[in-house]
Amino acid sequence: MAVMNVNPTRMELTNLKRRLVTARRGHKLLKDKRDELMRQFLELVRENKRLREKVEKAITEANRHFSMATASMSEESLAVSLMMPSQRMSIEVNEKNIMSVKTPVFVPEYKLADKGEIYSYGLAFTSGDLDEGVRSLSEIMPDMLRLAEVEKTCQLLSTEIEKTRRRVNALEYVMIPDYEDTIRFITMKLDENERSNTTRLMKIKDMMLQSSQGI
Amino acid sequence: MYKIAVLGDRDSICGFACLGVETAVAYSENEIKEQFSRLINENYGIIYITEQCADILKDEISALEASVTPAVILIPGVKGNTGRGMENIGRAVEKAVGSLILD
Repeated sequence: MAVMNVNPTRMELTNLKRRLVTARRGHKLLKDKRDELMRQFLELVRENKRLREKVEKAITEANRHFSMATASMSEESLAVSLMMPSQRMSIEVNEKNIMSVKTPVFVPEYKLADKGEIYSYGLAFTSGDLDEGVRSLSEIMPDMLRLAEVEKTCQLLSTEIEKTRRRVNALEYVMIPDYEDTIRFITMKLDENERSNTTRLMKIKDMMLQSSQGI
Repeated sequence: MYKIAVLGDRDSICGFACLGVETAVAYSENEIKEQFSRLINENYGIIYITEQCADILKDEISALEASVTPAVILIPGVKGNTGRGMENIGRAVEKAVGSLILD
């Protein structure tokens, strides 16, 4: 029971009633927003988990190949092989709107049209493990981009969900009960005033009757 | 037009150079911090970072969580998978839902 610090007047009562209606509507909207965000989030987070498992496995595999390559090649020749990449990759970032949360969509762009153009070295003097490693990395790259997109989206959504949930709870458990209590308090006070006014009038009427009979 | 970068030790990231993404090699704590702050100030859309480096950059990474770019994504390094990346997904779920509901 928390009554707000307001004057118990009729004007204040109408004001409060109007604010209560707004608060209820806001509460309903935010609750819907929270539920929808949550639905989207859970879908994405499952995908995130699946992608991450896949990517981590592939990278571990690629790393194994690279370790083998470093073992069978000299450090210098490995460095030279990887020094001048022929392919160059960049991304275009588009924005997607999920319940007014801006999330990124990554679109890859390649300098060379042929995506297979990844071996920047002669095959004669390099280990086959190096080719294997580079190939498995290039295979997982689309998934890594998607992973980046999904993981970022999940982070952004979880922040937004937390914020929205806090607002919903504040409205549901603090604002709306406070308004209701205050409205009840003002109504009681006004009714009480009304009754005391009536009794006073009755009393005065009695007194007037007595004094008129006394004359 | 954004670029992609990979940050970590040479053995973990050398293969990515072939794919045409930028590689930033760093070993010591200072080097890692320096390279990372350079990357986030330049025009990078995605920064892949090995889990070992990410442990050093915890604060810097969590400061970037609210912005749309760059996306900082953890990948396992050559020393093996520490499971830190999976932990982060769990953290996001816990933040959103209130408890860990994924198995």
